[in-house]
Amino acid sequence: MRPDRTPWVLGAILAVLLVVGPFAPLWVVFPVTIAIAKGLVALGLMILLRCGLVSFGQALYYCIGAYTAGMLGRVFELDGVFTLMLAGMAVAAATAYVLGFLLARYRGIFFGLLSLAFSMIFYGLLVKSETLGSTDGFNVLPSTLFGIRPADEWVRYAVLAAASSVAFVAALLVHRYLRTPLGSLAPAIKDNEIRVEYMGASARYAIHVKYVIAAALAGLGGGLAATTVGHIDPEMAYWTVSGEFVFITILAGTGNVIAPFLGALIFEGIRNVAFAVSPNTWQMVLGGALLAVIVFLPNGLWSLFRRGRAA
Amino acid sequence: MAAILDAKGLHKSFGAVVAASDITAEVAPDSVVGLIGTNGAGKTTFINMITGYLKPDRGRIHYEGRDITDLAPRDITRLGICRSFQIPQLYSSLSAYENMLIGLSVVMRNHGVGGFFSRGRPDVPGHGRPAEEVADDLLERFGLAEYRDKNAQVLPGGVRKLLDIALTMAAKPKVLLLDEPTSGVSAEEKFSIMEMIMKAVRAEGVTVLFVEHDMEVVSRFAERVLAFYDGRIIADAPPEVALNDREVRRFVVGGELHRLDEKRDGAHA
Ligand SMILES: Nc1ncnc2c1ncn2[C@@H]1O[C@H](COP(=O)(O)OP(=O)(O)OP(=O)(O)O)[C@@H](O)[C@H]1O
Ligand SMILES: [Mg+2]
Repeated sequence: MRPDRTPWVLGAILAVLLVVGPFAPLWVVFPVTIAIAKGLVALGLMILLRCGLVSFGQALYYCIGAYTAGMLGRVFELDGVFTLMLAGMAVAAATAYVLGFLLARYRGIFFGLLSLAFSMIFYGLLVKSETLGSTDGFNVLPSTLFGIRPADEWVRYAVLAAASSVAFVAALLVHRYLRTPLGSLAPAIKDNEIRVEYMGASARYAIHVKYVIAAALAGLGGGLAATTVGHIDPEMAYWTVSGEFVFITILAGTGNVIAPFLGALIFEGIRNVAFAVSPNTWQMVLGGALLAVIVFLPNGLWSLFRRGRAA
Repeated sequence: MAAILDAKGLHKSFGAVVAASDITAEVAPDSVVGLIGTNGAGKTTFINMITGYLKPDRGRIHYEGRDITDLAPRDITRLGICRSFQIPQLYSSLSAYENMLIGLSVVMRNHGVGGFFSRGRPDVPGHGRPAEEVADDLLERFGLAEYRDKNAQVLPGGVRKLLDIALTMAAKPKVLLLDEPTSGVSAEEKFSIMEMIMKAVRAEGVTVLFVEHDMEVVSRFAERVLAFYDGRIIADAPPEVALNDREVRRFVVGGELHRLDEKRDGAHA
């Protein structure tokens, strides 16, 4: 068997982020942190995509994570960056656990549209609720690290360090999960559910578990995004945001847990550059990039690394 | 000896079509039963009811003394009744080897082995070896070693059938239901393939029920024959008796000969 290098590569990426972070300019630190937040969401979508399921409503959990973090600050004055992220994750996972009973019954386009429907309902609720700031949302307090409030020039780095550590742990756990019997069932569910049942496993249960894991990761990413941006609003649950997550996941491919983070980073990179170059047609550049990936790398950007290794 | 499988008064209809009518049969442990009957006689329906894919309208099914009529297919599988399909059900985008690994990992999970916190390469329960070794061994036993790394999608029909059966063996079944294991294989090859399957399966003392249209294969491998006609069992006896039964000759064997003729004609056409 080929030795498993993923944990080492993940560790190396973490080390680079932690060491280079303090010297990196703000215009690098900020998008990288956002890419980590979105990468976490895409990591969850990747787990679902491996079973052939696409959620067009993952922004629901992203937004739930963000609002959970925001509310904790507003109501309980909690501002620990880890506390906020973990709380966002917990609330998102609990919501997905309940909705999962319904969603795990559906496949294909119905699964996608049903998940979209839930995110639109949540968006509508947020827009309606005056106490949560309606369409304007509200600001989130700068966060602390283990109860210490970093000096202003260090806040960005502190959040980046916390984000990359959390993403490192999350990616390792997912990597491990994908190799467990339940985790490795994904391609089997995609191919033939009848055979899955007749081997003695429940496809619906496996999908329910994966759906909750995906939501937990999205909640984690949402909590992180809230503290990074310092502001939250209902747009975070809007369907275009969900679309962005699907975009990143497809762009990245499902080959490895590193792929979604790479995909998110490239997505943020292309978008920022395209926006700077032509503010009115940046979507066109992004669309072109996705088109190129689908045509030339049908298994996503990650297949570049696969090919390199096989040669 | 007490029956391992006991079907009583099974009834199933699809609208006006009666696919099972008062099906009653007991199967002794460690026996080999051949299921015969013309197209649409109700053989697959019988297997579907035993394995929980279809629920009978009436009647009960007991396995090792336990009522399994209302259980889901996966629960019946976990109890030790496994099946292959008339149309093989494989993971078509995966290789033969990967198909086996997935099957084995489900078995491990059902025994609480190899989960998130386990270390190293645990043995597959019942097989006493790590999954990678068991997978290769099963492929070998079913003559599939040369197809190990081929995608299930591109395998020839007969090979897909064998892989479908090899998959069922991952779970160490006590009862195995094989739906036309040799269909899609030339008449000359049927014997050797059946020989191989029986050797692989019977070595483990598995009780086998198999559907087969070739009467020579049936009389060679079955210890007992259940003849289906129009949703009913019209004969239940050892092959030499059943295949000479007047009704069976008229409704089943005759039909099969006719079917064979049709096939030959078809081949010429
Ligand atoms: N799911 C179903 N819906 C409607 N009718 C069905 C269904 N399954 C089986 N039947 C009908 O029940 C009857 C028995 O079918 P069954 O598949 O059990 O036959 P069989 O003995 O396996 O035949 P074959 O040799 O062609 O496989 C047939 O008339 C068939 O059309
Ligand atoms: Mg049939």
